[in-house]
Amino acid sequence: MQHIVIIGNGISGVTLARHIRKLSDYKITIISSETEYFFSRTALMYIYMGHMKFEHTQPYENWFWKKNRIDLKQAYVSEVETESKTLHLANGEKVNYDKLVIATGSKPNKFGWPGQDLKGVMGMYHKQDLENLEVYAPNNKVCKRAVIVGGGLIGIELAEMLSSRSIPVTFLVRESSFWNGVLPEGESGMINRHILSHHIDLRLSTNLKAINANEAEQVKSVVIEETGEEIPCDVVGLTAGVTPNIDFLKSSKIDLGRGVLVNRHLETNIEGVYAIGDCAEQHEAIGNRRPIEAVWYTGRMMGETLAQTLCGNKRAYNPGHWFNSAKFFDIEYQTYGWVHGAKGKPDYEKQFHWIHEDDDKCITIAYHKDTDQFLGINTFGIRMRHETFDRWLTEKRDIHYVMEHLAEANFDPEFYAAYESQIFELFKNRLQLV
Amino acid sequence: MSLAKPDALQITNTQKVAILAGVVGLFIMTLALFNIDFPQKGFFLGLSMGLIGIGTIVYSRAAYLNKLEGIKNDGTWFKSISSRGIWGWIVGLILTGFYIVLYFFPQYLGLAADGGSNTGLISLFDPLSLLLSGRPASQWFVYGTLYTLAILAFGYKFMLKYRHNRYQQLRTISVMFFQLAFAFLIPEFMYVMNNDLPYYDMKSVWPLNYYIFDEWSVKGFISAGNIGLALLIFGILSIFVFTPILTYKYGKRWYCSWVCGCGGLAETVGDPFRQLSSKKLSAWRFERWMIHLVLVFSVVMTTAMVYSYLGYSHNDFWLTRGVFISLVIGFLTLVFIGVLYFKGRELGTDAKYGAIGFFVVIAALLIMHFTGTTDKLFYIKSGTLRSAYGLYIGSIFSGVIGTGFYPILGSRAWCRFGCPMAAILGFQQRLFSKFRITTNGGQCISCGNCSTYCEMGIDVRAYAQKGENIVRSSCVGCGICSAVCPRGVLKLENDTMKGRINPNEILLGNDVDLMKLVNDK
Repeated sequence: MQHIVIIGNGISGVTLARHIRKLSDYKITIISSETEYFFSRTALMYIYMGHMKFEHTQPYENWFWKKNRIDLKQAYVSEVETESKTLHLANGEKVNYDKLVIATGSKPNKFGWPGQDLKGVMGMYHKQDLENLEVYAPNNKVCKRAVIVGGGLIGIELAEMLSSRSIPVTFLVRESSFWNGVLPEGESGMINRHILSHHIDLRLSTNLKAINANEAEQVKSVVIEETGEEIPCDVVGLTAGVTPNIDFLKSSKIDLGRGVLVNRHLETNIEGVYAIGDCAEQHEAIGNRRPIEAVWYTGRMMGETLAQTLCGNKRAYNPGHWFNSAKFFDIEYQTYGWVHGAKGKPDYEKQFHWIHEDDDKCITIAYHKDTDQFLGINTFGIRMRHETFDRWLTEKRDIHYVMEHLAEANFDPEFYAAYESQIFELFKNRLQLV
Repeated sequence: MSLAKPDALQITNTQKVAILAGVVGLFIMTLALFNIDFPQKGFFLGLSMGLIGIGTIVYSRAAYLNKLEGIKNDGTWFKSISSRGIWGWIVGLILTGFYIVLYFFPQYLGLAADGGSNTGLISLFDPLSLLLSGRPASQWFVYGTLYTLAILAFGYKFMLKYRHNRYQQLRTISVMFFQLAFAFLIPEFMYVMNNDLPYYDMKSVWPLNYYIFDEWSVKGFISAGNIGLALLIFGILSIFVFTPILTYKYGKRWYCSWVCGCGGLAETVGDPFRQLSSKKLSAWRFERWMIHLVLVFSVVMTTAMVYSYLGYSHNDFWLTRGVFISLVIGFLTLVFIGVLYFKGRELGTDAKYGAIGFFVVIAALLIMHFTGTTDKLFYIKSGTLRSAYGLYIGSIFSGVIGTGFYPILGSRAWCRFGCPMAAILGFQQRLFSKFRITTNGGQCISCGNCSTYCEMGIDVRAYAQKGENIVRSSCVGCGICSAVCPRGVLKLENDTMKGRINPNEILLGNDVDLMKLVNDK
């Protein structure tokens, strides 16, 4: 019987395994060194905040894997030998496979900062990072201040985590406004103000120069590039993006770029070896997407796609309309289609922006400047319906239609105040001005 | 995992003072319990209840008002009381002890022996009872007062906790209102108007209100004249007319998390414990058997009770034993055939269990009818069945376990495993209602907040991560899953019946053809 080995038990690998099991009787083994069972990485923050225990982040009960004949192996793969189809594990064991899927996800970026490997310096990606954080930042007596380097989604989550334990946080953001490589100005500005309202010491346009150690090789302070200011701290969170976690493949014959290079069918250069999720890099980006998509949802979709291929129904990875979501402290964010920040905005994209007077809700709708075609929406503090926008994008509706029917897309809980008429008024007024 | 205990839970000095006030309030009641005879009972009762109420209010304001609006679950699993720690067990034991004394040893609370006057804790409540209805307090009056106070004080706390969420606020105002007006005040006023009337909380519907059709209760209603008769008819209409219509339109939440007193306590006082309900598959299996067994028990018990005080002859009253038993069997058969005809395929193997259950009940009723003598049913004394139900279900299950075990089993153990009313509403909600929780396309990140904070132990995430709507008989529609979701994935809705249940993996954002393939299998 064919033996499919998946390295990595994150959302990509586990989705793949579940779907292979639905479609076939193949022997499936998942190897992971991080944890014994699958858990939701995006939920790690809630464990530290005390909203959940680790077991709550596991979407399947522990009996699930045996019942579905998915073998789990907790081990670290140190080398892949594709000629003999053999994996060498760090503990000396060998595992043979017929098909190999690499789904090892990411690891936090480190940009060669002095002191980046000191005790108390950590990313926030793996379960081990969380355990590390519990050691160095259990409370605000042990950790009197934490400095976070890198203004992305993980950075702001780490800031929320630390402040849930009343630990003062300094947040160094390279950009002139939070996440403005992705978010349009109005939204990014609103999130800046929201971060400040949570008493985070937000430093925009600020880079890290070095991390200083005390005599125990532990973090003592950080130094700011621009001003030379030294900020005493006990923990440094490095959250300046992630990189595919593929160092163990360097000795193999598998083609690597920043990630494992794959074609549209998620195949690598070696027959029978595939890569999915955060660690896969498309030779050519699909549409507006990045060649490496380090997103929960795309990992899942790649798993669903590859399961078909491995079970005899070869399919290309062909994702639908882009969507994503996040939460910035108390403000939820959803996006459907493409809305660009100032930096990457194509010439044809025009934007309509509305912000509520309370400064905790706003939307930006992108549309084509010539055809008025609706291109995408960012929504903050107002939940919107995925299905509706997915349909409007497929139907290529124009912005006038979307504005008139915006209420249909509302997904807020019942009895919530509605803002569609306010939004529509602004839109109409703006049209008259132009 | 952690070396030092996370210190997320420091409380402020204001909160310490507030806790002290509440403890002093409780201490006054404890002194009364140990027979300290307070002069000016009215003053001390007011002081005690006032301190408890104000303490809770001040504590809650200090806890939430200095923070921005949003989800306030920080430290829930670090706090001893809300994570089955030592304080959780202590509170559980105190509550359980209170219920045992309340149900089985009210004399220790100071209930008067025949002809005497109250002493102890109950006597402390005499002034309030005299004020409201002109009669001295009973253990049930004490219980009802404390219950109402608890729902009001902790309802306020809950509203502050969810002050960004209108659904939670309105729902909480609703349970606070129904407890104060319907469960507490109106029955007292009804007694003043007409003291023949039995205690009747008009929002408590049979079979949750299992004593409404008892002989003493029905006789009480009938002897109270037109008003009594009207109330009795209201009680019957409640279960056969109002309930099905409201459940069809809004799901069982209209009752369980907006009106019901048990639900009201669970949603307010029980809120800090909601995450303790078990989400295991085994718990769900147990739940399905348990709750339906209680329902069968309550139907048979009630039928037997009513049957026992009806006559044989048409000359006395048109509703004879024969007519009654035929009506019951006819009604059950109608429901059974209707469900099988319209929903049989949807139910699958569950239909088989339903059929077995149905025939057992019918057989039991027929055997009862043809073997029954005046005071024996099923060869068991008629009252025995009723008192067994009252003891094991009404007192031990709903009170001692249901509420006493809040800090251990979570806030809805009774609602989930035992309430026959919930079983009926849930049965309808699953099969014939517009209510569902809609999943927002592909946005779920499987984080688990929804499942963790589901007080009914529903594994909400299992549906959400597949893009499936949640249509579960046990869902009480509290809306917390939707509130705690960090990605805006869940929405409670009343919409058309069509397409309500979508047992497919409908994850948007993917290759459309691929999703068709996934669902073909």
